[in-house]
Parts: sequence; C-alpha cells; structure tokens
Amino acid sequence: MSASGSEAIYQKLYEEAKKNIDGKEGKTQVLVGTATCGVSAGALKIKEDFEREIKEKDLDVDVVEVGCIGHCYAEPLAVIAKPGHPAVCYGYLDDGLVHRLVEDFLAGDDPSYEYALAALDRNDVFPTFEDFPRGIYEQKLILENCGYIDTRDIFSYIARDGYKALSKALEEEPSAVLEEVKAANLRGRGGAGFPAGIKWEACIKSGQDEKYVICNADEGDPGAFMDRSILESDPHLVIEGMVLCAYAIGAQKGYLYIRAEYPRAVGHVQEAINQAREKGLLGESIMDTDFSFDLEIFQGSGAFVCGEATALVNSMEGNMGMPESRPPRLASQGFRGKPTVLNNVKTFAYVPYIINRGADWFKEIGTEDNPGTAVFSLVGKVNNTGLVEVPMGTTLRELVFDVGDGLRDNKEFKAVQIGGPSGGCLPESALDVPIDFDSLHEAGAIMGSGGLVVLDENDCMVSVSRYFLEFTQHESCGKCTFCRLGTKHMLDILNDITRGEGDAETLELLKDLAEDVRDGSLCNLGKTAPNPVLTTLEYFMDEYKAHIEEGRCPAGVCRELILYYIEPPKCSKLCNVCVGSCPTEAIFTRDDGLKEIDQEKCVKCDNCLKACPPEYNAIVKLSPPVLPPEKEKTAK
Amino acid sequence: MQLMEGEKEQILSCVDEVLSNSTKEKEDLIPILQKVQAKLGYLPVLAMEKIAEGTDVPAADVYGLATFYNQFRLNPPGDHEVKVCLGTACYMVGGDITLESFERRMEIKEGETTSDRRYSLERVACVGCCTMAPVVVVDDEVEGKVTPTRVDGIMLELEGKSDKSDAKDSSNGSKNTGNKDDSDKEEGERI
Repeated sequence: MSASGSEAIYQKLYEEAKKNIDGKEGKTQVLVGTATCGVSAGALKIKEDFEREIKEKDLDVDVVEVGCIGHCYAEPLAVIAKPGHPAVCYGYLDDGLVHRLVEDFLAGDDPSYEYALAALDRNDVFPTFEDFPRGIYEQKLILENCGYIDTRDIFSYIARDGYKALSKALEEEPSAVLEEVKAANLRGRGGAGFPAGIKWEACIKSGQDEKYVICNADEGDPGAFMDRSILESDPHLVIEGMVLCAYAIGAQKGYLYIRAEYPRAVGHVQEAINQAREKGLLGESIMDTDFSFDLEIFQGSGAFVCGEATALVNSMEGNMGMPESRPPRLASQGFRGKPTVLNNVKTFAYVPYIINRGADWFKEIGTEDNPGTAVFSLVGKVNNTGLVEVPMGTTLRELVFDVGDGLRDNKEFKAVQIGGPSGGCLPESALDVPIDFDSLHEAGAIMGSGGLVVLDENDCMVSVSRYFLEFTQHESCGKCTFCRLGTKHMLDILNDITRGEGDAETLELLKDLAEDVRDGSLCNLGKTAPNPVLTTLEYFMDEYKAHIEEGRCPAGVCRELILYYIEPPKCSKLCNVCVGSCPTEAIFTRDDGLKEIDQEKCVKCDNCLKACPPEYNAIVKLSPPVLPPEKEKTAK
Repeated sequence: MQLMEGEKEQILSCVDEVLSNSTKEKEDLIPILQKVQAKLGYLPVLAMEKIAEGTDVPAADVYGLATFYNQFRLNPPGDHEVKVCLGTACYMVGGDITLESFERRMEIKEGETTSDRRYSLERVACVGCCTMAPVVVVDDEVEGKVTPTRVDGIMLELEGKSDKSDAKDSSNGSKNTGNKDDSDKEEGERI
C-alpha cells in the first residue's frame, strides 16, 4: 500500500472537482429540487419552464437538478444562485412565478424577495432557513448536502469534501476505521439501534475471507421517505460509507437493496456507482491501493418483511423473503452463507462524517447513549411537513410544535404515530419523551426508521390502529402461526369495533391476542405488529369504549357509525352545490326546496360537507347515526 | 385472463430474450421476473412456466415468488393505469373513499383489469408525496388532493383520451373480469 498514494490522488481529484465546480458557480444557477417529492408536485415541468424561458431570453444560466431540501410543504422548490446576490430559495412555484423570476431576477436584477422562502447563506438582506423556528432545533448532518449538490455530478460531491474520508482511511490500517466507528458509538439507524461497530467487528472475527456489505434501502413503511431522499439527493455519501465499511471489514463486494418502487433512487445510485468506478473510487485497486471493492444494486420487489435482515438476504438469494431464526447472525453467516454486514442507508451515511471529523465530534451531538442526529419524515396534520434532522434527545413536543410549526387549521393535537406499522401512537402526555432509541421503546413506540405522522382531533385512533394492523397483516410472510393467524383475528376484532360491534370481552381478547402475537413471533414484523393496538388500548381506551358501548365514533371517521345530515334551518334552498358534489346522487331537493340526503344511497364520502359553502355550513356529521326527530318525519 | 392474438408469441420471445441474458441461477430469478414484467407489463402464466423451465426451478416456486412480492402482477395492466395511494397520510384523509369511488366507476375491484383492458386499478403503499394526500397516480402522473368528485373528472378525461370506438366501449361500462382471487386460483391450478 503506497503510503502517500491515496491522499495525493484525492488532492488531484479535489482540485479537478473544485475547478469544475468553480467554473459553474461563477455563473448564475437555478437549482430545481427534483427528488420524488418535488417531481410529484410538478418539479420537472418547472424545470422545463425555466429552461424554456431562459432560452427565450437567451440568458447564460445553468438549470441543475438537485435533491430534496427538506421543505416538502412548499414544493416545487428552486434555488437561484446569482453572483452578487445571496442564493435564495423560492417555493410554491408555478409557470407564472417562473416567468416572473426569470424576467425580474435572471434577466433583471430584482431578487423578488416577496416570493422567496429563505436565503441559503447568511447575509444582510434576507433571513435564512436557520432563522425559521425549526432552524433552532435542526442540525443537518447527513442531510447537509441534500438539495444543494448536483446529484448527478460526482464533482459536486467531491468539492464538498466528498471521498476525503475514504482517502484518509486508506492511508491507515482498516482497524482504524473500525475503532473510530466503535468509539463514536454509532447505532444502526434501521430502527433497533444496534451499534454498527460491534456488528462490523463480529463480521471481522468470523475469520472468513469472503465477506459482503449490504445497504438496506428497502424502506417499506408507509409514510416514510428518508432513505429515498438521501439516495436521490446524495447517493455518493452512502456509497462512500459502504466503501469505508468494506475497507474496515475486508469485504470485496457490496449490494444496495433498493425498493423497485423507487425508480429515481435506483437511477441516481446507478449513475453514481458508474461515476465512482470511472474515478477509481470503486472497483479494482481503489485510489491505487491494493484494496478492491465493487457495488451492485439489487432491486427489492416490494415486501415489507424484507426490511428484516434474514428475509432480505433470502430474497437476494432468489427465495421468498421469509425471516430465519437467529443466531447464526448475518455477521457470521449471511449472504451466500458468508459473513455479511447489513446496515441502513442512514447508518452508512454517517460513516464518512465520523471518519472525517472524528468520533469525539460525533459524540458531542445528541445524547450520551444515543450520539448523532435523528432523521424524520414529518407528515400528517402538521403545518411544515417534510424531511427534518434533529439531534437525538430533542423531545417530540419540540419536533411537532416547533419544527413542524404546530397543527394545521388550529386543530387540537391528538397523537403522534412514530415508527410506522411497528411503532405506536403516543398521546399529548407522552410528548416530552426525548427522541432516542431507549426512551421511545420505554414509552411503547419505537424509533423505527423515522416515519412520524401527526394526528389531530379528526382522526379516530381505532381506525388508525386498524389501518396499521391491516398493513402488517397483509405483509405477514406467513411463517409463524401467531403472526399469520393472530393478526388476522385482531384485524377481525378491530373491524367489528369500527362497526360498533363487540363488547368488553372482545377488548380483553384483543389485548391477549396482541400480547401473544408479540411473544410468539419470530421476527420483528410479528413482534412489533401489535404495537399500534397496544399503545392505543393503553392511551385511548375511551375511544374504544365509545365505539363499543355507545356506537359512536368520537372523531367521526368510522363510516358505519356516522351519518351525514343537512340541517334544514341552515340550508339555503337556492344553492345546489351539495347536489352536484354527490357522486352517488344521494342528495335530492325536497318539495319545499330544502336539500336532503337519501341515507340508503349515501356512501359517506365527505364530499358534500366540504362542498357546502361556509356561509351556510348546513351539513353535519352525526355520530352515533341517529336521525334528529324532524328528519324522521319526512323520511320515506 | 384470456391471451390476445399474437400475445403468446410475444411472451415466448420476451422470456427467451431475458433468459439468454441472464445466468439462469436461482439468485437471478427475481431480476428475471422483474425484467419480464418490465417488458410485458405483467407476468402471464405462460411466462412463469417458461422461466421455471429455463432456470430449472419448480414452477410452483416461481409462482410462489410472483405472489409473495407485491411488485409482481398477474393481471395485464390496462391502457390507463390508476394507482391509489393508501399510505398513512392518504388513508387519514380518505384515500379509501377515493379508491372506492374508482371501483364504483370502473366496476372492478382493486388489483383487477377491466375485461376490455382499458383500465386497471391498484392500491399502492406509499408514493412518497404525503404532503399532497390523498394522492392517485394516473398513467404515471401524480395527482394530489383527489376527492370523489374529482374521480368522476379523471374518468371523464380518460374516456376522452381514447379513440372514438374505444371510448364508446368503455362508456358502455367495462364489465368485471372476475376478481383477483378467482384468477389467482385459476392460474394456481393451471401451474
């Protein structure tokens, strides 16, 4: 191994990248956020609009695709970096605004601050994202580059110190990487929080030559998109983390297991792998050392259970993704029976930072037992949905009310669902729980991979737990009886409750079953499947009771327990909006001109309630579904 | 589902082509299925049988894989594919009602294709734009905040997109093609 080799090679790469980037940065750039979230909000069209308008005006401006900046509520987003002005981010773009920006800012010289969200760098003119309330809590680490670098240009990453950690590590013995990761106490971000360093060490200790590194990007939780965003926005970071891991444990081959539902992520990662190979950062003799390692993508086919380590390996071997009992752990007997390190996308993404800045720096962030940051996809009924990264130990209250800026429409907070189908629902009283692996576990939820859904007064907790159970029941691989049949029975019971059937005994049975499924299942899918039920039973018993004892759904969600009713005194007679809005023609005009709903035909789609003009507000939901007396008189 | 004219030849040549570009090892089985589905849009029974032959894996195992993973579909996609997102955020704001509205309009259940192969309807776990819930994906275009009234609008647009004779067909009401369970069973037995 040539001692000064890799760093010298890196220096050359870095200078080349710098030159390349500086050349671009001297020019005006429009950076359009085109991760999946942006694309679904129309970012590709916005990009075309920019390109067309710029061409029409014959301006010397580059339009670049970048990843996700984390402010998903304001998609589509673009950043305009014009020399002489601070780089400014604009949100809620449409063709009109694009036209305006091109004319006023790109062709003219007016940054149109009235449409700006924030500036990116500190300046004297306009506030930055750090000045937002969420900026106080946010600490971007693995999301640092997301939304700022050209995802499809390796130079963009290298110019921000990318692959520096690798060149540094290659100068030293592999054990130095391992020691640093161990010292940093980096806990696996897949959900369970097992220390990555210990996993790696076990793999080394297995003593076999052939080893594998696998990155778990089978992000199956509904409502979670952190891994996707990182892979789309900063693929090289994950690749570098994997190469570092491979160097530490002495692996020659690695795989990224990415969901086939993430075509953009697959495309970006493949492109990144090709570029890294071209630059000698992957493949034979990396950076002219005698260390060789190559990566390949394996596309997962959409089975939630494949997020489980042994199931994932089974699926890569061409089998059904069914979990196996452990031990043997993957670290001693994994893919193709060889020692394998399997870590989450985020876990690998931390590694380059730890090597670059040191374990001590990493440990200063977060709490003692849970160093580093936590990445969440914040969705549901909060104002600022999006991707957030906060230090471990931040409380849920801060996350929901400060980072997420509270609930939409001033509704009342009811619960936060954390950790996806394996997690739990925590009520207001549990909001002061600090976010880390151990505290959340104690509260009955799990960290999971980081999906966080905020629920308000209009969400029915029985229906929520039914939803998650339906998901796990569908995704159960069928190996263990408890998981296969137990979840089915639990689902039947919950279905009954949402229809207002069942009694106190069924609740007991539900709880017993939940505990049995938890104790009797092999893998974490089954073990954690009852979590949503158990936590709602614990914290929201009154809602279950309202369904069973009174036949009432307090939130007005369960459709068998509500009906829609037009209050005659409020109905305007002259307006026909509700009639038109009904997809099943259940609303008709009575002889006296008032509107009425034919309950037989009504499918309870909520359309008329939304359609009724606010000045009348005549339509109400009634639960329990009992008609007021004067309605019964006219009922046929 | 009945094969259409010329479809058999198309399936055979597609499977041959994919198999000749693969190692035919068991480890390659899922990628093979993915490639065949990418070309044909679904996995016909005939294709699964041919793949089993080519890779020397029992046909039952191939069928097992195809039904275990959500990505694989056994019904052909319609000319217009509608996917309704039922991720957490979409479910909370009535994604299930949207799905029901489509089922009512298309007269099929989720996971099925109309017999004239004009429309297919699917539910998907999460398309990752939770901020726009409830979301549907119509022919790869994502549309947010879809209400049942909008479903009528979408269907009208789709009917307008087809050529005249087709449109007539579909407005007459596309008949149910037998639900998914039935066709699964059928295919299972044939295998």
